[in-house]
Amino acid sequence: MKVITRKDEKTREAGEWKILTGNHAVSYAAKLARVQVVPAYPITPQTTIVELISELIASGEMNARMIRVESEHSAMAAAIGASAVGARVFTATASQGLLLMHEMLHWAAGSRTPVGMAVVNRAVGPPWNIHADHQDAISQRDTGWIISFVSSNQEALDTVITLYKVAEHPEVLLPFMVCLDGFVLSHTYMPVYLPPQDKIDEFLPPYDPPHWKLDPSNPISFGALVLPNQPYQEMRWSIHRSMEKALELFEKYSKEYGELFDLKHGGAIEEYGAEDAEYLIITAGTIASEAEVAVDEMRKNGKKVGLLKIRLYRPFPSNTIIRELKGRKGAIVLDRSISFGLSGPISEDVRAVLHSFNIDTPVVAYVTGLGGRDITYADIENMVSRGISLIEEGKTPLILWYKMRRFEKW
Amino acid sequence: MVVKITDLRKAGKYLLPGSAACPGCGLAIAFRIVSKVLGKNTIYFIPACCTSVIQAPYPKSAFNVPVYNVAFMAAAAAASGAVEGLKALGREDIQVVVWAGDGGTVDIGIQALSGAFERNHNLIYICYDNEAYMNTGIQKSGSTPFGAWTTTTPKGKIGIKKNMPFIVASHGAPYVATASIGYPLDLANKVKKAKRIEGPKYIHILTPCPPGWRFPMEKTVKIGKLAVDSYVWPLYEIEKGKLRLTLKPRRIPVEEYLKLQGRFRNLTPEDIEKIRGMVDEQWEILQKLEAIGKIFF
Repeated sequence: MKVITRKDEKTREAGEWKILTGNHAVSYAAKLARVQVVPAYPITPQTTIVELISELIASGEMNARMIRVESEHSAMAAAIGASAVGARVFTATASQGLLLMHEMLHWAAGSRTPVGMAVVNRAVGPPWNIHADHQDAISQRDTGWIISFVSSNQEALDTVITLYKVAEHPEVLLPFMVCLDGFVLSHTYMPVYLPPQDKIDEFLPPYDPPHWKLDPSNPISFGALVLPNQPYQEMRWSIHRSMEKALELFEKYSKEYGELFDLKHGGAIEEYGAEDAEYLIITAGTIASEAEVAVDEMRKNGKKVGLLKIRLYRPFPSNTIIRELKGRKGAIVLDRSISFGLSGPISEDVRAVLHSFNIDTPVVAYVTGLGGRDITYADIENMVSRGISLIEEGKTPLILWYKMRRFEKW
Repeated sequence: MVVKITDLRKAGKYLLPGSAACPGCGLAIAFRIVSKVLGKNTIYFIPACCTSVIQAPYPKSAFNVPVYNVAFMAAAAAASGAVEGLKALGREDIQVVVWAGDGGTVDIGIQALSGAFERNHNLIYICYDNEAYMNTGIQKSGSTPFGAWTTTTPKGKIGIKKNMPFIVASHGAPYVATASIGYPLDLANKVKKAKRIEGPKYIHILTPCPPGWRFPMEKTVKIGKLAVDSYVWPLYEIEKGKLRLTLKPRRIPVEEYLKLQGRFRNLTPEDIEKIRGMVDEQWEILQKLEAIGKIFF
């Protein structure tokens, strides 16, 4: 967990400190970002985000229009419709809701509508399970959305605001999701600093679609038929290009925001004790904040271990991965999701990137913490220690499962 | 002011020459009339349907109005987002319209439609009904009538056509109407009325389809007329819950309508009797409902 230093008390005094759950931090982020339309459908553990937004709108503290849609598919469709006429839009969902949105996630990216969304990570059924698990968000990997993971309530608020600036950039225009672990963050109270509104307004000016919007004075048929010899492939290439631009801008705007408010979470990757580390843990979400404790503990015992926290999953920060892993003794990747039949999704990306650049840093991949199974720093120490011995033995299995219990024990 | 044929001639053209519609396409006729009445300051949301294709391929478009092509089941939801977005931006002068086929309305899009009408957004929903999934090659939809051949009902549809206008009216919509391209002024005046009313409006237009219904392309308008004249497709409106039959033509036998269409070629005399019975009953019920006064709340 981040300890926020009070370097610039003047800026700080202008803002406001609140004790907030992760979800409520997200609601305040939407308010600070001055979102104009919020279409949403309830789902645990997301619901308290839109409940607070509803209250803020009802009390007049927030000037936005709420659309209480009849499904998540319609939530995303309404978000796209509102964004296409030029409004700044926000919604939130989780788990099954995100999966139901899947078709419209592609549509939002294809429309280049910079919709903002919080995803409160929750396991996917069956069986029903409402606890932290990244399977929902990871399953949206190839939709063209900017996907970020956070590991504190403050980071959730800051990332929503920062990503609006990235997403609405004329060379990006892609939707984004900020993923926070269900319950571990969504329903846990932490002190959160709310920067002053006027400073946020300077950082994030109103959305003004730079290229296109639905406008009777400029009648365009958006999304009509494009044949194979017409620029469909080029349109997909342009989304990919915008993703690359988003990576660059996320680094830039995270730094800018961090300096403005003295709130630093790193860029696309946040390092912790990585500089002189022989082995690096790579993970995302709240397992990453737990891993900071594990790094401290292991360093006390003389093990040179560091951490790379994946803040941006798509676009994937490949260059940072290469730079950081080159010359290290090994990497231990912890995934809170599974690509059935292969391995942990982040570990696959790390391996692919390393291989592309002929870097032979060994990688050990763990899949763990599914369905909200608690992963403590002691668990992480266990995984890392075992990972290090495997690497020393020259073994790098494709997938290892951690914290399994035998069926007969239930 | 009642819309006259001269008004339609004078109105702007929003369906330009060069669309990719089949010759004799019923929906193209419907769109021409509707877009003329609604005018320039209109945004159309169009789900997957024939209209997504007939705009003509990128980068050209025969539609001289802003169109957002959207996923099959999402048109009414996307349109509700646009309505609220325009409100947030202070552009309530712009009319938002859903233009959807029967599949995108009565089947896959019914949930989004239902949600949008329940939420009372200020939009016009227009269903152009060619009574099957024509764009994918004539497959049965919930709007296909009893007995009709389609590629997925080779022996004729067993069930009956969904009564979508009544389903929508049950949501408390301030204005619901049926129309046919065979009676263009009736359609034009209904669109004009819908434009003046606040809240969600629904107009269900019968748009005969030459390749799908199996009739020669020059007969589209005639078949649109016969559907009404045979009482198979009665024209009515439900305004603030009160039903009014807008046209009571001199009735012709249902066979006059059925026999021109290849899709009804395999009907048995018993099937035709059944259709006649359903048409009789439908007309009788509509007349009774008209006499009652307010029938939806």
